[in-house]
Amino acid sequence: MALRMKRKINRSWQVDILLFLLLGGFGAFMVIPLIYVINNAFKPLDELFIFPPTLFVRNPTFENFSDLFQVMKNSWVPFSRYIFNTVFITAAGTFGHIILASAAAYPLAKYKFRGHKILFTIIVLSLMFSPHVTAIPNYMIMSTLGWLDSYQAMIIPAFAYPLGLYLMKQFMEQIPDALLEAAKMDGASEYRIFFQVVMPLVKPAWLTLLILMMQMLWGTDGGSFIYSEQLKTMHYAMGQIVQGGIARAGVGAAVAVIMMTVPIVTFVLSQSQVIQTMASSGMKD
Amino acid sequence: MQKANMVTKTGSQPKRTPAGLPGKWELFRRDIKRDKHLYILLSPYMLLFFLFTVFPVIISIFFSFTNFNMLEFPEWVGWENYSKLLWNDDVFLIGLKNTIIFSVITGPISYIACFVFAWLINELNPKVRAFMTLIFFAPSISGNVFFIWQIIFSGDSYGIMNGFLMKIGIIYEPILWLQNPKYMLAIIMLVQLWLSLGTSFLAFIAGLQTVDRTLYEAGSIDGVQNRWQELWYITLPSMRPQLMFGAVIQITASLAVAEVATALAGFPSVQYGAHTIVTHLMDYGTIRFEMGYASAIATVLFSLMLGSNLLVQKLLKRVGE
Repeated sequence: MALRMKRKINRSWQVDILLFLLLGGFGAFMVIPLIYVINNAFKPLDELFIFPPTLFVRNPTFENFSDLFQVMKNSWVPFSRYIFNTVFITAAGTFGHIILASAAAYPLAKYKFRGHKILFTIIVLSLMFSPHVTAIPNYMIMSTLGWLDSYQAMIIPAFAYPLGLYLMKQFMEQIPDALLEAAKMDGASEYRIFFQVVMPLVKPAWLTLLILMMQMLWGTDGGSFIYSEQLKTMHYAMGQIVQGGIARAGVGAAVAVIMMTVPIVTFVLSQSQVIQTMASSGMKD
Repeated sequence: MQKANMVTKTGSQPKRTPAGLPGKWELFRRDIKRDKHLYILLSPYMLLFFLFTVFPVIISIFFSFTNFNMLEFPEWVGWENYSKLLWNDDVFLIGLKNTIIFSVITGPISYIACFVFAWLINELNPKVRAFMTLIFFAPSISGNVFFIWQIIFSGDSYGIMNGFLMKIGIIYEPILWLQNPKYMLAIIMLVQLWLSLGTSFLAFIAGLQTVDRTLYEAGSIDGVQNRWQELWYITLPSMRPQLMFGAVIQITASLAVAEVATALAGFPSVQYGAHTIVTHLMDYGTIRFEMGYASAIATVLFSLMLGSNLLVQKLLKRVGE
């Protein structure tokens, strides 16, 4: 039978239809809340209070966005300051994390030295608990260091998240050893090899770390470390606006749209590279 | 891929001395000296990692055996915090119960959903695949905008859920979704599932794309007859490393649920309907300042995460057998 020899195996079209209905249905579940909030951001005041509520906007307007800046301009801390804080924390934290995590991933991926096994085991174990476990001791450490209520309380710990190092190490293992040996023959130092040979080769992994760190830091609200109003982030401001209740629904939606645009656009631009890194993410047993 | 040990190739031979072979300490010192560049590359990250992750875990375990309020010097009390936690703290037991219900339902569902959607998306053509990946990944990446659900489940008739149900005539009065312990936990689960197609989902999509195509041909000659057999005997075993990684991420996330609960149901929630281990931890750690007790809660959470991770890793090793 010729059919048997083809790569495609028997598939019933009924199951195909069922599976793709499933995909479509859940896809709608994922995306409708986002569509709703985007539409809300462009709804004029009267449309926000229609009963029953509508999903799509009829007369789009930019009022909510201009209101946002208007309302927040007169407040004690201007909204642009929240934007700056979020952008600054995200950019500094992500940049530092990529550099430090890559530098640490390189020896772990390519060399056997004293302690490499135990270090990697600790990294893998630390993937298995959430930051909540360490929240209280971290608070004490921050207060000992005198970092409470400062940018570095948010930025410096972000340099050392275990997930980024883990993914980077898995990805770097795929670099051929011959390449590194050739560089060594030419007399390059470890640091030169790292910066000039390894780093350019792991661009997809950088982008993955960028996406993951950005997603995390962009959504941070300052936690229990930040008290000053002028150091707080956009996520915190968003929470305050949403607490304002239904009267601020449009403005709240406008902030949400600003919040979600940046990570989503970054992901769209780097998607193929990110997936390349994730392909090497696995844990060998 | 073969992992060569380049160090031993380039490393120097032990130097013969009149006293014979170098001692253990001498060898250790020499290894460290030879690899010093590697340690220099590692040190900035490891310093911060130990300071902000490993060291805090150790302090936390230590404080869990003490009475500590941040003002006075900690006082050693042995297992007292744990016995109080497990036998005398009804609210903790509610939190524990909610967390377990929560992770037993959302953990496996989100894990399977991550895989099923990755698997279905993988059969699409590349353009549609990229688009669908974005759709499923967007909620988890969009910077904590889950408060949208607060508007959807808002307790008045402007909430989209109430508005919809009233219009089609199922209910006549708006329901206070997020204040009623009857609905609270279910809504939080729904939102958590909405958010949960994140890192492991991406890892699965990527893993599926690296499965060796020729295995499927070989499989069909060996008598694989339908897509379910193909999935169980070929696809899943090939992806075991990614499945392990995804499990770690999903388990940890589902046991640490708190942000969604506090954002939607408030803190503390009505009748502790949305109380979890982490909200209990926040209560004692950041409001009551009973650090010893809070550390005991953190240690229980840590053991739960570690235990369930090791258990699931064991189970996953049997996939495809």
